[in-house]
Amino acid sequence: MTPTTIETPTGAAKTMVLNMGPQHPSTHGVLRVILELNGEIVVKAEPIIGYLHTGIEKSCEAKTYSQVITLTDRIDYLAPLSNNLGYCLAVEKLLGLEAPKRAQYFRVLLTELTRIASHLVWVGTHAIDLGAMSVFLYTFREREEIMKIFEYVSGQRMMTSYFRVGGLALEPPPGLLDKVRRVMDALPGHIDEYEDLLTNNRIWLGRTQGVGIISADDAIAMGCSGPMLRGSGVAYDVRKAFPYSSYQDFNFEVQTQTAGDCFARYQVRVAEIRESIKIVRQAMEKVSKMDGPIKTEAPGIIPPSREEMKTSIEGLIYHFKIYTEGFAPPPGEVYQVIESPRGELGFFVASDGSAKPYRVKVRAPSFVNLQSLSELVVGRLIADVVACIGTTDIVLGEVDR
Amino acid sequence: MEPQEADKNPVVQRLRQWDAGVVSEVIEFRGETTVVVPRADLQRVAAHLATEPFLYFAFLSDITTVDRFPLEPRFEVNYHLLSIARSDRLRLKVRLPGNDPTLPSVTSVWPTANWHERENYDLFGIRFEGHPDLRRILMPDDWEGYPLRKDYPVEGPR
Repeated sequence: MTPTTIETPTGAAKTMVLNMGPQHPSTHGVLRVILELNGEIVVKAEPIIGYLHTGIEKSCEAKTYSQVITLTDRIDYLAPLSNNLGYCLAVEKLLGLEAPKRAQYFRVLLTELTRIASHLVWVGTHAIDLGAMSVFLYTFREREEIMKIFEYVSGQRMMTSYFRVGGLALEPPPGLLDKVRRVMDALPGHIDEYEDLLTNNRIWLGRTQGVGIISADDAIAMGCSGPMLRGSGVAYDVRKAFPYSSYQDFNFEVQTQTAGDCFARYQVRVAEIRESIKIVRQAMEKVSKMDGPIKTEAPGIIPPSREEMKTSIEGLIYHFKIYTEGFAPPPGEVYQVIESPRGELGFFVASDGSAKPYRVKVRAPSFVNLQSLSELVVGRLIADVVACIGTTDIVLGEVDR
Repeated sequence: MEPQEADKNPVVQRLRQWDAGVVSEVIEFRGETTVVVPRADLQRVAAHLATEPFLYFAFLSDITTVDRFPLEPRFEVNYHLLSIARSDRLRLKVRLPGNDPTLPSVTSVWPTANWHERENYDLFGIRFEGHPDLRRILMPDDWEGYPLRKDYPVEGPR
């Protein structure tokens, strides 16, 4: 970008080109934005991405279907379980399988906890970007409790890889529901605290209301999804529109706001945390009354249980073959979409009938949402760029893949 | 699914009624409908799908390419469309020869296609004619080759 000559009240002047990032704390990673400025007003903004490109889609083509699951954790590192779920559902669709109900409800429970954890990070980091330091400390305190649950379930805080094709990796440990209930009981009060600190705070309102407005039509045209789209008044949520993993069995409301500004997106996310708590409670209720397998039965595709592997020759053969060769879905292409904390997360998986995916494409919601940043910030101050980057809620691991 | 059954899809029927020539093939797999469109008709079909009230695929979810190297036609470009109003999805597919991977840009129909097309250009070398700003997006500007092509190795020298 080069400076251009513009008309100002005091005569013709040259704009200034300013480089923001990739090493800038408010860009949430390694985003670089080239700003063309008239004084402190943004004339043009161009996001430059790719600093975190690791070729995950290329790596997927060299791994078996099960090995890819560990890569999906690393795409959106704030919501690893959502990525696991999207990929597993895509491969299950390719195979024509479905996980057992109990596994589906556990998947809902854990992905909603992921949504809460991700939105908590978002509230905290967005607040710190705009100068409210203390909220960040509180949200990370609560997020840590959810991280402890993930560690208890899967052995890992972040790179969980807990969902597998056909169900879950392991039987959920005893006492899990008590731990989740304890966190869920405490959380609504904490959210009230954040809202006390932010929602009616005049500085907060001044920094977010009327900033970064995008209309519903523009949001659809730019492919925005998730809270970006719902903050502009479009009640589109994949969980309602195309239910997956038994979301049709749960009662929840799609949260929308009509203003389309940064404050609306903040309100949508906070309301979504409260909705997610409701869904987690329903999921706990459902699984506590259920018994049954956590993996579906599909010889040659789903690994047999430990006992079966040790006692039957077929089990032993399948176990060996699945872990050495993998399994081969029929040739075809599927596109599976889920509602990740950031929006419409899509997995396009193409099979050529071999044990390795022929092509995996991740439709990353942050990548698409980030595209509209240039439109959000034009005509606003530099300080508003920070607010706009914050409310698009990007995760650079997902943008660059 | 039998071909006759795939044709019962109302969206496919509507498209055929509008112009039978634009539907060169219909593929049904796991409940997903794919319509294969000739390259020359892509822009016309896209504009029709996005605005026609019954179809109203106003949301372009994704554009992605599959490289069938060494088969010909080598590239398949997939457009994943979504109609929020009707809760419906559709995949458009355009097949391209390996020696001439160019096709018209759909940025005039769906502005969101801008970055998607840049990504496909960057990683597969598909050239979108009429794109306002066709540059690499993920790889460095001076990168040679197109990493997601099948003749590009995962590791080792090229």
